[in-house]
Amino acid sequence: MVKQIQRFHREPIINVIIGLKMTNLKDVIIIGGGPGGYVSAIRASQLGLNVTLIENKELGGICLNWGCIPTKSLLKVSEFKKNLDKFKDFGFNISGEITFDIEKIVKRSRDASKQLSSGVKFLLKKNKVEVIKGFASISSIAEFIEINITKDNGNNEKLETKNLVIATGAIPKSLPGIDNESDRIWTAKEAMIPKKLPKSLTIIGSGAIGIEFASFYNDMGSKVTVIEAEKNIMPNEDEEISELAKSIFTKKGIKFFNNAQLQTIDLTKNNAISKFKIDNKIHEIVSENVLVAIGVKGNISNLGIEKFSIKTENGHIVTNKKMETNVKNIYAIGDVTSPPWLAHKASHEGVIVAEIMAGHQKNHELKKEVIPGCTYSNPQIASIGLTEKQAKQKDIKLKIGKFPFLANGKSITIGDTEGIVKTIFNKETGELIGAHLIGSDVTELINSLSVAKTLETTEIELMKTVFAHPTLSETLHESVLSAYDKAIHI
Amino acid sequence: MVAQIKMPALSPTMTEGKLSKWLIKKSSKVVSGDIIAEIETDKATMEIEAVDDGLLYEIFVEEGTDNVAVGSTLALIKEDNDTEDQLNSFLEKNNIKNLSEKDKKIVQEINSKTNKEIHDTNVDKKFMNVKENIPKDERIKISPLAKRIALKNNINFSSLLGTGPHGRIVKKDIEDLIKSNKNITSFDSHHKSSSDKSYRDITHSSMRKTIADRLVKSATEAPHFFLSVDCDISEINKIRENVNKGDTNISINDFIIKASALALKKFPKANCSWNNDFIRYYNSYDISVAVAVEDGLITPIVKNAISKGIEEISIEVKLLASKAKKGELSPEEYSGGNFTVSNLGMFGIKNFNAIINPPQSMILAVGKAEPRAVVSNNEITISNLMTVTLSCDHRAVDGALGAQWLNKFKDFIENPSLMLL
Repeated sequence: MVKQIQRFHREPIINVIIGLKMTNLKDVIIIGGGPGGYVSAIRASQLGLNVTLIENKELGGICLNWGCIPTKSLLKVSEFKKNLDKFKDFGFNISGEITFDIEKIVKRSRDASKQLSSGVKFLLKKNKVEVIKGFASISSIAEFIEINITKDNGNNEKLETKNLVIATGAIPKSLPGIDNESDRIWTAKEAMIPKKLPKSLTIIGSGAIGIEFASFYNDMGSKVTVIEAEKNIMPNEDEEISELAKSIFTKKGIKFFNNAQLQTIDLTKNNAISKFKIDNKIHEIVSENVLVAIGVKGNISNLGIEKFSIKTENGHIVTNKKMETNVKNIYAIGDVTSPPWLAHKASHEGVIVAEIMAGHQKNHELKKEVIPGCTYSNPQIASIGLTEKQAKQKDIKLKIGKFPFLANGKSITIGDTEGIVKTIFNKETGELIGAHLIGSDVTELINSLSVAKTLETTEIELMKTVFAHPTLSETLHESVLSAYDKAIHI
Repeated sequence: MVAQIKMPALSPTMTEGKLSKWLIKKSSKVVSGDIIAEIETDKATMEIEAVDDGLLYEIFVEEGTDNVAVGSTLALIKEDNDTEDQLNSFLEKNNIKNLSEKDKKIVQEINSKTNKEIHDTNVDKKFMNVKENIPKDERIKISPLAKRIALKNNINFSSLLGTGPHGRIVKKDIEDLIKSNKNITSFDSHHKSSSDKSYRDITHSSMRKTIADRLVKSATEAPHFFLSVDCDISEINKIRENVNKGDTNISINDFIIKASALALKKFPKANCSWNNDFIRYYNSYDISVAVAVEDGLITPIVKNAISKGIEEISIEVKLLASKAKKGELSPEEYSGGNFTVSNLGMFGIKNFNAIINPPQSMILAVGKAEPRAVVSNNEITISNLMTVTLSCDHRAVDGALGAQWLNKFKDFIENPSLMLL
């Protein structure tokens, strides 16, 4: 016995080393390098986990490459253009024609994406996250989860992991029965890289994406028509804000059709004809391009979702509050899961899931009512919490405050007086139930109220807060005061 | 306002430093911006700057003192309009005693001795500083919204442990509590009307949850061992007979609290708590006393029991117990503590094994005092005996140390005059 032990005593160690190399076991594999995936990867690595991130396209995902970031660059351009009209009001004498180059405008937005994407690459490297470019799918689930990666050159690589995070995001929903391959029919991606400015554009859907492009193209000079199936534009927003937005955008030249059921989009040589029905009456709009912005669906094709029976609902993966799917050690975060489909929600979930995988006991779940939503049109729209209608449906007794930017000193100095701040409180507890803003820079203002809501302040703390003067943020204060009939400047 | 000069943290990892030099003498004037002292760490020497104008009223840590914990009070600055009374009440409120020179020397000697004793056991020296009483945080962490809802519903949240960051009480905690209270009442009314159910479910109260969490942690993580001994309480009863006249009613338990504190002082290595990377040794002798309350128990603390007289302890325990039963204890009255006494003698229990109250390392389970037959000198005699069982966390306290402590405790109980020394 003794001899045997002596003889074999080195072998098992070698086996273990070889075994490790062969299986290449990871603590965490994250599929998708968007704002959910890359943030989760960094946090997991910071917590000492061995992390591999697999991305099929560009790091930063839709948000950074084909969403939030490049559109903000475009919208800055249209804001400039809008302000050109105001130059005279500010005392400038401008003579001669001011023109723009759409190619340069698009290039600038692409450069912003590129810069941030390489920033993500750097951050991942700095945090020792292994990044593999390729298409990942689940190939088997046993003690560990095996992932197959198909690289660009067609080669396959297999990796094993203890935990898997699916952060593959979402893709635009397409309209059935319509030639989506045509150059005339755009998704958000094509709308971000126009070769020329269309003379006219029809936008199907008036959510955040539809409205941002409507605002951009309208400000740049296209004739924009928006077709919305619901009663109000921006159906997720407070009705009062939706109505105000519609009147402001209408004044700026955008044409809206609500309660409209799209029938067909017929393509001619130079145009697309959108046919839709309102109250059984057929309408037709002819435009150079049509942007389909009717929402997104989870990006789950060819991942192995069906094969391994990962539960989905309406094309999105179902998770619990800990981001766990129905399959052990497989998590999902961000747009591939339930709404709201927002980058900042994905990132927060990414951090939470990393901490769960690292064994943190205390985990402060993400409350959906404290996630703000922003639309970066001109004017901007931002909101948090419940709308007035939703609050009333819950039988909550309300205190509602409103304050217009027209009565705010800073707004007058900068010449942006459109819009209001609406705050909704629970009459009994003083809880800030919701806030709904439309106006200049409200996507920045909303964050003060996010802090207030997260900290569970009541109207009293908000009233006691000293807001600097003169700032746009004073409208938040006045809106709260107005809810309790204490507003000063109106 | 009386201002405290505290040991600053010069780096994020600094836990203690040396007070190398006072640059301003006691009773001299201080102007904001003055350099008043020099602090030495293993890395650098830094200066402490005054941020208030006033008089350097009192110095608590002499220059040249090593291992002064970050946050401990080094000195007091009296501002022009502060009265003597204000200063005294401040000192009292913050548990900073106005030590005479002689007392300071004793405290320092004790500390340097304990320091030496435990120096080589690689402990967290943070709690070995010259001043043992760092003012505690009295604030209850609760969101304004949660507070408003609690007050509206007449909910006492002072003993509630919140689920928010750092135990902050948030809306959900209060709502859960309201819901669980409702469940109990609605169940009761339901139960009367229909008796077809053979059981009833009552949602956990937050106290029940806390008890469950803490004791599961203790019972599963701390390897318990138990030591029992019989104590003769004849001498204590004699004293009680003499003093318990009129309003005074000193119980055996009051002696037990005092004796526990004194025994801890004799065996400072037993006054500790286990942490993952270190054992924390305490310089305080705060004795937790288990008090049964409706639907649970709570352990209010007799702070600094070592320096209190038995009667003082007796009055304090009665006050704490009555506050506990009414749910009026403030968090500082039940958070902390170095050692727990749990007495079930009044229920006729002879002896029992208690689960340690984490993060403490020992708990004493006290049984009923009763006359028992004892064999001594080959004769059967009757003695007044009380069995006590000490539970120890073996990670921090070994058998011999527990036994020594328990013998010392027995010694104090059987010879109460020793407690006077």
